[in-house]
Amino acid sequence: MSTIEERVKKIIVEQLGVKEEEVKPEASFENDLGADSLDTVELVMALEEEFETEIPDEEAEKIRTVQAAIDYVTAHSEE
Amino acid sequence: MTKRRVVVTGIGMVTPLGLTAADTWSALLDGRSGAGPITHFDTSDFATKFACQVKDFDVSRYMSAKDAKKMDIFIQYGVVAGMEAVADAGLDINDSNRHRIGVMVSSGIGGILGIEENHTKLMNSGPRRVSPFFVPASITNMLSGQLSMHYGITGPTLAIVTACTSGVHNIGQAARMIAYGDADTMLAGGAEKASTELGIAGFNAARALSTRNDDPQAASRPWDTDRDGFVLGDGAGVVVLEEYEQAKRRGARIYAELSGFGMSSDAYHMTLPPEDGRGAAAAMRNALNDAGVNPQQVGYINAHGTSTGAGDIAETQAIKAVFGDDAYQVPVSSTKSMTGHLLGAAGAIEAIFSIQALFDQKIPPTINLDNPAPGCDLDYVPHTARDLAFDMSLCNSFGFGGTNGSLLFSRLKGN
Repeated sequence: MSTIEERVKKIIVEQLGVKEEEVKPEASFENDLGADSLDTVELVMALEEEFETEIPDEEAEKIRTVQAAIDYVTAHSEE
Repeated sequence: MTKRRVVVTGIGMVTPLGLTAADTWSALLDGRSGAGPITHFDTSDFATKFACQVKDFDVSRYMSAKDAKKMDIFIQYGVVAGMEAVADAGLDINDSNRHRIGVMVSSGIGGILGIEENHTKLMNSGPRRVSPFFVPASITNMLSGQLSMHYGITGPTLAIVTACTSGVHNIGQAARMIAYGDADTMLAGGAEKASTELGIAGFNAARALSTRNDDPQAASRPWDTDRDGFVLGDGAGVVVLEEYEQAKRRGARIYAELSGFGMSSDAYHMTLPPEDGRGAAAAMRNALNDAGVNPQQVGYINAHGTSTGAGDIAETQAIKAVFGDDAYQVPVSSTKSMTGHLLGAAGAIEAIFSIQALFDQKIPPTINLDNPAPGCDLDYVPHTARDLAFDMSLCNSFGFGGTNGSLLFSRLKGN
């Protein structure tokens, strides 16, 4: 069973078309991983599907880095 | 004001017969059909279970997965055809010329696959599951937008949407923009991917498609007595048009001159042409007048020829009206017998076939024409391609809404 961190990173790699080694905790989706605002919306949707959760828009706007995504999912995961 | 001359210096295609212009042309001269069973959805309940689909298209050969997922398939086909056309023209797009280059590549239907997929998500999972890329990946003018962004083209980008005449109208109007001086170079054409569940269901409901499910490759049979509707085709065609002096200056290979463009409307019926094809005839006459040439100078007509009952008769009548007794002398073929009907891309690929025919002095055939229907008595070049020395080709497209267009291409001698 993969950890939350691994699953989040895998989704980021798939959604943003980046290499695994680029997905560092501090990496910003828009500044470091080449995402635009629509890519980020889609990334959040993919996280919602993977973790079967609903991320409210005001929370989604705060998820701008790899670590922020991991933190959000960890805090809201029932596992 | 003197009209600036416009020539074709690049061609690109993605079709049911091949992933390049050269492969498509060679298959066309061989008389091959691109039709086959639809396998990407369950066709059990569909009256038509086949189409002319693009085969072995691996988008990752042309662009990143991240870019590809932001484009409906019709846009992917169009971008790939556009990239081939630009490379074929040897066009160097840089800071000195990017503002003088434009794009007019559209589609008749647009992103119907994306509409279906996102509507399904909406119904099954609610509005929050609709993709943020749904709208920008589906809208019809985004193909011109993507080509503009890909190359940094900053001249005009437009997208004329006129059903099955879209390709011809885009190419014709793009040429006018060069002639008028809005641009020196234009990428023009069309793309389509309508062989989807909704697309097939819709055209079936309109009773437009062939239902010859037991023999798809014999289904597109323009002017044949056993024709029973058109065969939907997917793909794209893009040409590079350039102002003549610029093309000459940079030593470009010139395929042909786009010497005439004509338009008209039927004002008759949503989907049917008038029996005498008067709208079609007017478009052809307008193209000939635009070029200042006589019908006798035309050596080949690439017909709209969809394999429908009414359309094939109307176009034959129209050709007779324009050409008079000479109608029986000029070879007329329907390449849709092989490619199927690519709707908004049809006029684009058929304009390219008309150009290739001129350039290679070879006329592609009409396959499956075993028994010409009553009233269909022109030289439709049945079954086999033909070598012919000729100087001008005419390309017809007619669309739902009664919108017509004809392009006239001329061989440039001594180039």
